[in-house]
Amino acid sequence: MTINFSELNNIQLDVLREIGNIGAGNAVSALAKMINRKIDMAVPKVKILEFKKISDMLNAPEDPVIGILLGMTGDITGNILFMLDKKSARLLVNMLFGFKESTSEDFDEIEMSAIKELGNIMTGSYVGALSMLTNLKILCSVPDVAIDMAGAILSVPAIEFGKLGESVLYIESEFNEGDNKVIGDFFLIPDIGSYETLLKTLGVII
Amino acid sequence: MHENIKVGMADYKATSHPSILITLGLGSCVGIALFDPSTKIIGLAHIMLPTSKIAKDVINDAKFADTAIIKLVEDMVRLGANRKFIKAKLAGGAQMFNFTDSSDSIRIGLRNVEASKEMLAKLNIPIISEDVGGNHGRTIELYSDDGKLMIKTVGFGVSYI
Repeated sequence: MTINFSELNNIQLDVLREIGNIGAGNAVSALAKMINRKIDMAVPKVKILEFKKISDMLNAPEDPVIGILLGMTGDITGNILFMLDKKSARLLVNMLFGFKESTSEDFDEIEMSAIKELGNIMTGSYVGALSMLTNLKILCSVPDVAIDMAGAILSVPAIEFGKLGESVLYIESEFNEGDNKVIGDFFLIPDIGSYETLLKTLGVII
Repeated sequence: MHENIKVGMADYKATSHPSILITLGLGSCVGIALFDPSTKIIGLAHIMLPTSKIAKDVINDAKFADTAIIKLVEDMVRLGANRKFIKAKLAGGAQMFNFTDSSDSIRIGLRNVEASKEMLAKLNIPIISEDVGGNHGRTIELYSDDGKLMIKTVGFGVSYI
């Protein structure tokens, strides 16, 4: 069976939304612990987007964003991508380093490794929640970070989804620390077959 | 006045002079720019995957190197292009993330480039220049005036091929 995201029914979408909610919730509480601050999170939005509309969706497909990619192995295989804009990354790094007031668009080596670790912990918690929810054993690889055009970073999940259908599925999560708004996108990209395993385990396809 | 026409991901477009075909933020995808100097008809495809053979049913021809290039050439010929004069330029096919255990999906950029070259060879379309591989994204613009292809990157500035 091939899963086409544009043909998912409401129940399946609700389940994916819930996965996103729990996963992102876990990720954000891991972040809160790390920076020792209270963080509020909005209910994540699950979005399904046709490939042709990807560049329209991004406000600026050429603007650099930060992508953190981890591989998943175990009962399901695939990748998970966490994408955030530079402004959000700067906010998080500043919080992590105790509110240094940097507004720089560039990140030094230590800041880059902090971003990598941040992504590692957030996606790790996301996958942890998924694993708890499904009882599936999922292991994560060491993350890799890329800073590049949003469109180019997005081509990675898009190509994987391209093997399944004509659209890409992602979960947008927005969280705030005080007045600081951070918007991050999680892309859960299981390999063909693993999506099925996932939805089957959750009881939404037979 | 040139008309700027955007080509999305998994999309292709052919157009007459004067115009500019643009595709934004190519990562592992490949941009195949075609130009017929005799009529100044241009075409641009933004493919995501090397071959339609991996799909159970092909809903979108533009997604695959093999099907997209054939269709794009047909569209150009329909607009009046001379098939035998068409030349190609390639851009994209990057590896956006580095993993030590390079799985198939990670090397997809390279395979996209190879498949595009194979298909162009099959159609006897010469590749006159290329800017492929690496680990950075590219925005490209193809000009109908002279078939020039502009390549814009985040870290390496702008170049023309």
